[in-house]
Amino acid sequence: MVLNQFLILGAALFAMGVYGLLVRRNIVLILLSVELMLNAVNINLIAFESFLVTSQALGQVFAIFVITVAAAEVGIGLAIVLMIFRNRKSANVDDLSLMRW
Amino acid sequence: MPYEIDYLAIAPELIIFVTILVVLALDLFLPRPLKYWTATAAVAGTALALLPLALLVIDDQVVSMFDGSYVVDEFAVVLKGLFLIAAYVVFLMSVSYIESDRYYQGEYYFLLLASLLGSLVMASSRDLIVLFIGLELVTGPLYLLAGWRKGDVKSNEASMKYFILGVLSTAILLYGMSLLFGLTGEVTFAGLAEATQGMADQPAMVMAVLFVIVGFGFKISAVPFHFWAPDTYEGAPTPITAYLSVNSKAAGFVAMLLVMYLALPGLADVWAPALWALAALSMTIGNLAALRQTNIVRLLAYSSVAQAGFMLVPFAAAAVAGADLEEAFAATVIYLVIYAVMNLGAFGVVIAGANKTRSGEIEGWAGLAKVDAKLGVLVAVFFFSLAGIPPLAGWFAKFAMFRSVIIAGGVTTVVLAVIAAINAVIAFYYYAKVVKSVWLDDVAGEFPGDVEAAPSGSLRLALGISVALTVAIGFYPAIATFVGDASRVIASGG
Repeated sequence: MVLNQFLILGAALFAMGVYGLLVRRNIVLILLSVELMLNAVNINLIAFESFLVTSQALGQVFAIFVITVAAAEVGIGLAIVLMIFRNRKSANVDDLSLMRW
Repeated sequence: MPYEIDYLAIAPELIIFVTILVVLALDLFLPRPLKYWTATAAVAGTALALLPLALLVIDDQVVSMFDGSYVVDEFAVVLKGLFLIAAYVVFLMSVSYIESDRYYQGEYYFLLLASLLGSLVMASSRDLIVLFIGLELVTGPLYLLAGWRKGDVKSNEASMKYFILGVLSTAILLYGMSLLFGLTGEVTFAGLAEATQGMADQPAMVMAVLFVIVGFGFKISAVPFHFWAPDTYEGAPTPITAYLSVNSKAAGFVAMLLVMYLALPGLADVWAPALWALAALSMTIGNLAALRQTNIVRLLAYSSVAQAGFMLVPFAAAAVAGADLEEAFAATVIYLVIYAVMNLGAFGVVIAGANKTRSGEIEGWAGLAKVDAKLGVLVAVFFFSLAGIPPLAGWFAKFAMFRSVIIAGGVTTVVLAVIAAINAVIAFYYYAKVVKSVWLDDVAGEFPGDVEAAPSGSLRLALGISVALTVAIGFYPAIATFVGDASRVIASGG
């Protein structure tokens, strides 16, 4: 099995996620970027697992935990977005600049 | 018997778990006037969870469960004690704070208890997966709690900033962990320690370790990953800020030290210089930024960034010098425990003072001691303790830190010690500024709050516990050394 192509895919997705998180101004799109990064981790874990074949399928177990936690995290994130949208009628991070230094 | 479960060893976690369910059910079924029972249940459950811990301390055994991924040793027991006591004090501080709010809901205690459960799991984790679950359980509820004042735009902003940087750090940490797993095929700390021996020259391994350090750097708000901390601390409700700066920071620290100390000792050449830089930067930039703060909570936020740097010093110094890490590990844990005690007290004082002054600005506190001398004394106790003035607990934390640095020896170590010493002096300036404002400055007009009212009973108890521990450790440091000695008995599991 070839491992490299999966790792390159994972690294590319992760980099896209970091880029999106830094340049996107809409909070929902930032959440999507975070999902991209977490899915890059999942691809890494699954690829390593099918390459290494550990006795307890550790990579797959780890990936399932990551998926579960990612789902919970997006739930929290959307709740926060809703709360901010109610108060400000906007989901733009540039508006969140009351506190500096 | 790898899959046998020792129920006494995980009794604190089980008790907190049951308390979580009880609090949730109480909140659902109780009518609104009786909702304060949720607070009572939370406080009682936390106190109850301390009992099995006392048994475990006396028992003094190492219990390893689930193939060595979950270990209850003396180190874990002592840290669980710290987490439980700190959470107990935060609950006490929360009671009156939350009652004075428009939002009085049981979810507050539910979320805090969930976070507490996470930190208990973390102290016992000896496996990357358990560590990750514990860390997420600690921070997840805190994203919501930081935004607890739903109508307050500052609180919204605090929550959002904490959330974005929190998930970013989680993703980076996980990416590092996935590489660690991929390069070794192991997730337990014992397995990793064996498999990573002599892999320090592999570029992929260096990258994995750096990803992990960056991920943890955000969690412990070390410079240059600290910029979320002051904003989140200022916007969040003050008891949550206390919790963030004590429990959540301690949990992040424990996670980071466990990974470095137990899982990656063979890669010290990679992570030691990184930690050295984090320590030096955190101390210096944290302190310099704290100098120009006018808001007390922001000042404490930058102070906690700087204190994180001090905490890293013994560990980073010993690792760079290639000295024995056990001594340094003990010194870092001692610092962590003492910091937790005095920082909790400082935030308790901020809550009590804000009731009277209705202000978070240092100028707004001017002359507070003239109307309430007792509160003035408490301000002096906690802020001087944070600065490290004997005979308050803070001096012993700094003493343990410098002692372990001297034991380690070496040029890089001495440089770090000099940086730490200079910073200890800088830190004294801004801690003393608060005390000076409270004691020496004149009252600028009337205080807007109710000056006569004494703090509520629960807040008085919270302050009483913190002040008793701060003074007791200062006069009798053996309490803290006991914690340090316990952390020498650390089992890697597996």
